[in-house]
Amino acid sequence: MTFPSSEPSAGDAAVVFDGVSKRFAASGKSGAFTALNNVSLAVGRGSITGIIGRSGAGKSTLIRLVNGLEKPSSGKVLVDGVDVGGLDEAGLRNLRRSVGMIFQHFNLLSSRTVFGNVALPLEIAGMDRRAIEARVRPLLDLVGLADKHARYPAELSGGQKQRIGIARALATEPKLLLSDEATSALDPETTQSILELLKRINAELGLTVLLITHEMEVVKAVTSDVAVIDKGEIVERGHTFDVFTHPKHETTRALLSGLPGSKLPDAVARGLKPAASAGDRAVVRLTFFGATAERPLISQLIKSVGAEVNIIAGTIDEIGGKPYGSLVVAYAADAETSGRAERFFTENGLVTEVLGYVA
Amino acid sequence: MSPDLLLLIGKATLDTLRMVAIAGLIGSLIGLPIGIFLATSGKGELFPAPNINRIVGLIVNATRSTPFIILVVAIIPFTRLVTGTSIGTKAAIVPLTIATIPFFARLVEAAIRDIDKGLIEAARAMGATPTQIVFKVLLAEARPALTLALTMTIVSLIGYSAMVGAVGGGGLGDLGIRYGYQRFMPDVMLIVVVVLIVLVQVVQSAGDGLARRFDKRSRKN
Repeated sequence: MTFPSSEPSAGDAAVVFDGVSKRFAASGKSGAFTALNNVSLAVGRGSITGIIGRSGAGKSTLIRLVNGLEKPSSGKVLVDGVDVGGLDEAGLRNLRRSVGMIFQHFNLLSSRTVFGNVALPLEIAGMDRRAIEARVRPLLDLVGLADKHARYPAELSGGQKQRIGIARALATEPKLLLSDEATSALDPETTQSILELLKRINAELGLTVLLITHEMEVVKAVTSDVAVIDKGEIVERGHTFDVFTHPKHETTRALLSGLPGSKLPDAVARGLKPAASAGDRAVVRLTFFGATAERPLISQLIKSVGAEVNIIAGTIDEIGGKPYGSLVVAYAADAETSGRAERFFTENGLVTEVLGYVA
Repeated sequence: MSPDLLLLIGKATLDTLRMVAIAGLIGSLIGLPIGIFLATSGKGELFPAPNINRIVGLIVNATRSTPFIILVVAIIPFTRLVTGTSIGTKAAIVPLTIATIPFFARLVEAAIRDIDKGLIEAARAMGATPTQIVFKVLLAEARPALTLALTMTIVSLIGYSAMVGAVGGGGLGDLGIRYGYQRFMPDVMLIVVVVLIVLVQVVQSAGDGLARRFDKRSRKN
């Protein structure tokens, strides 16, 4: 097995996908199709790794291979060095008790109270009542729902339900948590609070988190590493910061373009032309990070260009804990001004992309 | 109305209750596992056995599509084997039980199939065995629906029990036929019908109430 240098080596990895393919046979109305095609990926121990893709890209299948809910057609999935495909039913059940999972629609039992839902995996594992009680209480504290222990899921909000889902997934003290679109059914604010909780669990319990999502916001907010999946193949992967700041694949760019600050205002986007004519202004995207993000770039830019600079769109953010900025500016497209601007960009190590020209 | 007649009506009511209770108890005890099997033994399900599933399904359908009155007559040899007689309340319990089993089994199957597949997946992801999934997830979650299924079964049984009167089965139906119809005593017929209506009402209300109590799916405080 070989992995790019940015990836954890197989020995360090909590999960390794090694040339995994998954084909579904034709059944009923749907024809045969390949959900995953020769996927190789290592998930670093202690990381929060995101797998992002559009619906139907194969990410649900991928995450279900980890706890054996799906079996690969070829290739291997290793969890803590153990080949999941080589386990019998009993072995698989043992593995599943050491891998927690949370779901988009929470999948809580409506007939059980909050306490009963968190206790379920422990009952399944055959733990006695007193030990269950001792385990469940601190978990409810951890997710902030201790006062709701006797409530039923129907009486709770979506965010509270997902917190119970998380407490339930942590009940058997797993080393790995799988998150299947866990925030997709939640509003943005609740999503943030659930993501914060995942981050805290990752930091405090040293738990590896593997999450799948179709939302770049989620990847940006919590993951340290990301893989982009499209039509059953991993098209790009790396540290989240690198992928966000230097997206290489078209699918990644498309997914990123939905983020606020990356999108041009409609009025500008409509007027954009591929070539400049006299008197036009150049529209340029500047991407800056690390040390450059903290310098007074704009005032320096205006001084060195010696002409008016408009700011059209921009965002300053943090990705994987590192500051990152994206700024779209416009300035006169004549050769002299452009030359000065380009010199300035090179001197300051800014990544630029000319988006087009406007009148 | 003479005290004798009232006594007859009282005894007939007790006979009906006895038939319904025993046939309902035995029938649902046998029907429940069959229903669970039907709901969990399809291809790719918890206890995959698609061929046996198909055969059991066929038998269930055949029993259900046989008109009850024909079933009663058709299984007389079997009834005689079990109870030693083919007439009377005791004998009537046998066909009532046989009719209850597939009826209840199909209702149980529907109740279990109605449960969100996500819950089964979550339980599998926790490392639950198929048996644990049945008891801790499926039966627990289906409890309100199973209560309603049992209610519906008992109500149908009350109706069937009146039919066995036609073949000397005893109970309210028998009384209605012999006194109300054959001796042309409309007051007896009326009382029989009223008692049956009350029985059904009581069973239905009790079942609905119990199901509501079990159902935690809606927000209520």
